[in-house]
Amino acid sequence: MLKVTIDNILIEVEEGTTILQAARMIGGKVVPPAMCYYTSLKGSGGKCRSCLVKVAKGSAKDPRPIPKLVASCSTPVQDGMVVENTISAEVQEARKGVVEFLLINHPLDCPVCDQAGECDLQDLSYGFGMEETNTREPRREYPVVDIGPLIKLHMNRCIHCYRCVLAAEQLTKKRAHGMLYRGDTIEISTFIRTAIDSDFSGNMIDVCPVGALTDRSFRFKSRVWFLNPMDAHRECSHCSGKVAAWMFGNEIYRITGRKDTFGELEEFICNECRFEKKDISDWVIEGPRKIKRQSVISGNHYEQMKKGSIIHPIEGTTEPQE
Amino acid sequence: MGRAILLDKVNIPGIRAFEVYREHGGYKPAGKALLGMTPAQVQQEVIKSGLRGRGGAGFPTGLKWSFLDRKSDKPRYLVCNADESEPGTFKDRYLMEKLPHLLIEGLILSSYALGVKTCYIYIRGEFKYLVGILETAIHEAKKNNYLGEKILGTDFSLEIYVHPGAGAYICGEETALLESLEGKRGNPRIKPPFPAYKGLYDCPTVVNNVETLATVTSIISMGGDAYSKLGIGKSTGTKLMSACGNINKPGVYEIEMGLPVEDFIYSEEYCGGIKNDRMLKAVIPGGSSVPILPADLILNTAKGQPRLLTYESLAEGEFISGSMLGSGGFIVFDENACIVRNTWNLTRFYRHESCGQCSPCREGTGWMEKILYRIEHGQGRMSDIDLLVRIAKNIEGNTICPLGDAAAWPVASAIRHFRKEFEEHIK
Repeated sequence: MLKVTIDNILIEVEEGTTILQAARMIGGKVVPPAMCYYTSLKGSGGKCRSCLVKVAKGSAKDPRPIPKLVASCSTPVQDGMVVENTISAEVQEARKGVVEFLLINHPLDCPVCDQAGECDLQDLSYGFGMEETNTREPRREYPVVDIGPLIKLHMNRCIHCYRCVLAAEQLTKKRAHGMLYRGDTIEISTFIRTAIDSDFSGNMIDVCPVGALTDRSFRFKSRVWFLNPMDAHRECSHCSGKVAAWMFGNEIYRITGRKDTFGELEEFICNECRFEKKDISDWVIEGPRKIKRQSVISGNHYEQMKKGSIIHPIEGTTEPQE
Repeated sequence: MGRAILLDKVNIPGIRAFEVYREHGGYKPAGKALLGMTPAQVQQEVIKSGLRGRGGAGFPTGLKWSFLDRKSDKPRYLVCNADESEPGTFKDRYLMEKLPHLLIEGLILSSYALGVKTCYIYIRGEFKYLVGILETAIHEAKKNNYLGEKILGTDFSLEIYVHPGAGAYICGEETALLESLEGKRGNPRIKPPFPAYKGLYDCPTVVNNVETLATVTSIISMGGDAYSKLGIGKSTGTKLMSACGNINKPGVYEIEMGLPVEDFIYSEEYCGGIKNDRMLKAVIPGGSSVPILPADLILNTAKGQPRLLTYESLAEGEFISGSMLGSGGFIVFDENACIVRNTWNLTRFYRHESCGQCSPCREGTGWMEKILYRIEHGQGRMSDIDLLVRIAKNIEGNTICPLGDAAAWPVASAIRHFRKEFEEHIK
């Protein structure tokens, strides 16, 4: 076991743990934000640079600090390492810089974006963004690319985290899309603009931290904070069938995978569950999902609901389930 | 000064041919090492020589070699980085074009020292005409049993392959180079793990610059101790400088480390002074990525010492009043040159060459280019100057690979030393 101190909190972790994972074990404020790292996707992380932290002491053996800030998602912990995140002004400054870089070409069209309310970039800019923009330059725009009937690609919102590319590569049999071009003209697209077609492609929507990939069957239907996420399951021959059903009254508006505290899917689900089963009779509703209190969803008094109760379709009040 | 170690044979007619090269003492060091020295002894000579990487970072080569994971049972690789694409640097091209066998011999010696059986030369796409030259040299060496199976009757076997890239600057970064060599998109990898443990195809790999590997031949030929006596202090040996810009005699020159910058610019042996007898304004001493220095700071350090062409002297004063030797791309500007336009031109290059993988570099390089375009075209605002400084600071050190630093330094240093010129452009 290795001892590591993050923001003056000591924790023991196993060898091979990254700083980010160690911070997540502590939880709370010390956890650096992660826009590109995704635990279940191999090779993810290191790209967005929003999880940068300062290593004030390399290890017990070699106490020298690391001169540059390091990406906590891809730096393994050493025994005796001392890490500074929220207590380091340098880290906070660098993170503000990263957020600014991520936002200068982001359209900031949150009012018409389906991701608003559950967008990682939105959360990040609330935490570290500036009040005013310093850019006078026009924002980057891409031509619209149609990647199929299930998923809407809105390239202007993309922050190039590579999560969807890795998800498609690792969950499906053939690689359907990737990165084209380079530098600030870099673009996610399919090869010769073919449609993405695979049983698990819908997971790309869930792994996308912003509104670049959204569910076409849910497009412009509702804001996420008007819906109540419920744990639901069904017998499925492709996946575990354990999903989150986003409901309004007795109507299912959309199906997503179940996300944990850090916005990562517990299990990947298949496209049949996600896109085709939208009727309440398809699902066994288990009860409301636990969500963070500061989430926009709890603004609708969601947290007052209890496990084992569903909203009455007409009165909008909760009542115990049989 | 003016001692030729690498380029001593460069003017011999037909030196590209194996026979001519051997007649003039070529492949003697290879024979000497393979028949009379152990691999450890060869490496020891390189460590003794104090040779430092000639690609830009100046990391001690012997130390880099000692990091190679020798416990692993996987094959090891040596990769020669011939992806020379830094604006202002053209020494490797010259070396490969004139003396291909010198590089091949350096590769044989280095591979022998490292226990490598397969070696790749990753060459820049635009250097297509060099591929033929190198392949002819490899073919000739193979015919004469300096490459292939059981070289010179020993148990050592080596194959060298030339692999042309597609012309991306980023593929000169060692891990991006390895990705590209594996047939993937040339994106730098996230380190650690370093190539010495997980490099090409996840095997232990050493990546060295062309000039570094060619110098290994000279070191074995003259001995590590003798080589370390050349130069000054930790900057041992000779260095190829590619001089360009507003000078009378642009070209590739071999200098002994420690030559004063003033001599290099003004002596007839080297650059031959500023063109049309104009005044010297500024110099970028080590390829486009290193900080630019104004005339007074390039000739003398802030402390008043004459500035020498060594790793240490050029870096004296750090980034406040110093620069770096880098890859030796010596770009000279006369009094008529516009620093703002030049800086804009460089940011245009880095914007185009950024791989787009990590946010600060992808967004920052483009942003700086747009602002400098505005300033150069008469639409700048005073606040833009501080904004540029802030962007450069936010990129520097926060990226996956050094391209972010390379893009930030020219802008930050140009504003630091020539702020007035930026202000005049805006007014």
